[in-house]
Amino acid sequence: MIQLEQVTKTYPKASRPSLDNVSVSIDKGEFVFFIGPSGSGKSTIIKMLLHEVTPNKGRVVVNGKDVTSMRSWKRPHFRRSIGCVFQDFRLLPNRTAYENVAFALEVIGKTKAVARRVVPEVLELVGLGGKEHRYPHELSGGEQQRVAVARAFVNRPLILLADEPTGNLDPDTSIEIMRLLDRINRTGTTVVMVTHDSNIVNQMRRRVIEIESGRIVRDQARGVYG
Amino acid sequence: MRMKYVMSEVLVGLWRNVTMTIAMIITMAVSLTMLGASGLIYTKVADMKQLYFENIEVSIFLDADVTDEQRSALDAQLDADPLISQATYVNKDEAFQRFQEMFRDSPDLLSAVKADQLPESYRLKLVNPEEYKTISDQYTAVEGVDQVVDQSQVLDKIFNLFTAGQNIALVAAIAMAVAALLLVANTIQVAAYSKRREVAVMKLVGASNWFIQAPFVLEAVVAGLIGSILGLGALVALKIFLFDGALSALQGLFAPVSWGEVFLTFPVMAGVGGLISAVTAWVTLRFYLRV
Repeated sequence: MIQLEQVTKTYPKASRPSLDNVSVSIDKGEFVFFIGPSGSGKSTIIKMLLHEVTPNKGRVVVNGKDVTSMRSWKRPHFRRSIGCVFQDFRLLPNRTAYENVAFALEVIGKTKAVARRVVPEVLELVGLGGKEHRYPHELSGGEQQRVAVARAFVNRPLILLADEPTGNLDPDTSIEIMRLLDRINRTGTTVVMVTHDSNIVNQMRRRVIEIESGRIVRDQARGVYG
Repeated sequence: MRMKYVMSEVLVGLWRNVTMTIAMIITMAVSLTMLGASGLIYTKVADMKQLYFENIEVSIFLDADVTDEQRSALDAQLDADPLISQATYVNKDEAFQRFQEMFRDSPDLLSAVKADQLPESYRLKLVNPEEYKTISDQYTAVEGVDQVVDQSQVLDKIFNLFTAGQNIALVAAIAMAVAALLLVANTIQVAAYSKRREVAVMKLVGASNWFIQAPFVLEAVVAGLIGSILGLGALVALKIFLFDGALSALQGLFAPVSWGEVFLTFPVMAGVGGLISAVTAWVTLRFYLRV
């Protein structure tokens, strides 16, 4: 599903590479944590999987597509098979929960009729049934992140990328979001999550890949934070 | 649904930044008016050149003491010249008649000039009026010829004036176009900034590039088209108030500007206005949104 083959990425003007000869293989349906200190290169991996940065050396393959050589005009279509959740939710403040999710469908060409059928379903799935018409500022942080997860998942992507999705949430809410991601993972969606949250990693007992200074120092099935 | 979305985004975009939109439309309108006026002057000058040059004459005045041999030699030479389409001989009496007609309002002048004081002349029509110089060189030196006079020299001065006017309009059009261009670029930047969250989400979920760019580009194009409509209005006003109004006394001097010609400038103005706006917006987006 996801392959990084001897990937090296050095940003212009950086003294050392963000990723240094990294090789990782992630299978379909896996749940993987990337952990490590700030600046270790975790986010660079997420950006690479989204075709936001390209490696200097090596090959990145996502969903059977070689991202390394992908032309930028193919990027939009490629992104439709990847869902994304961030620490800061990235919701549109002037749209309701329903409209936020529907927007993601409509801008990739789905009709309003499709949105009317699919959006309530996915909002129900993330536990926001009955709150469809609230605006983001009327929702708690955890609820906002649920909307973001609904938006990422509404298109039934093959991969869900989560960049510190619990970074802004209290521990209890974090665990609820993790349950949600776990449920999504059980539908067969590959979940890749970058996190600092040792609690969560220790509770979930999933594959843990630890990165330090751009190198993989640990790759452990059913691992702990360390 | 997507078309509806794009169109409503365009209207919202134009309205959100309405002072900027107005500035953009006004500069665009002035620039396009100048462009249209310059185009009209250009076609008019071409029309008038044709009109005037068709009727233009070169006159060869003969010496007062010209001999019959000299005259018949010149006559034969003029007949054989391929540059000349028609040569008419005017003798002293005819010249005097013409003179009397021309100055019938000034009896003093008439009484001062006697019939035999006016020179004989040939009035020539040229195949190509612009070859006056060759004719002049050729015949000034011929024996019995006093001087060669060409009306087109005077006309050239008039046409130079028109061409200068046209150039001024064109330079003003370009200067305003640059201002309009910068305003479009700025407007698009502001619009892109105010929609940065939407754009970020659209990029994230994989909306196609044209779908992200279309509302911005169309916003600029709509402003350009409104500008060209105002430009057309300005040209119509110019025709009514300046050409048919204040300048109507000079009607015989100018080739008339028809409504057809005024309205024909519209597609050009709309095309130029729309295209410049679209290209500017698109280039701005490439730098600013990097989509």
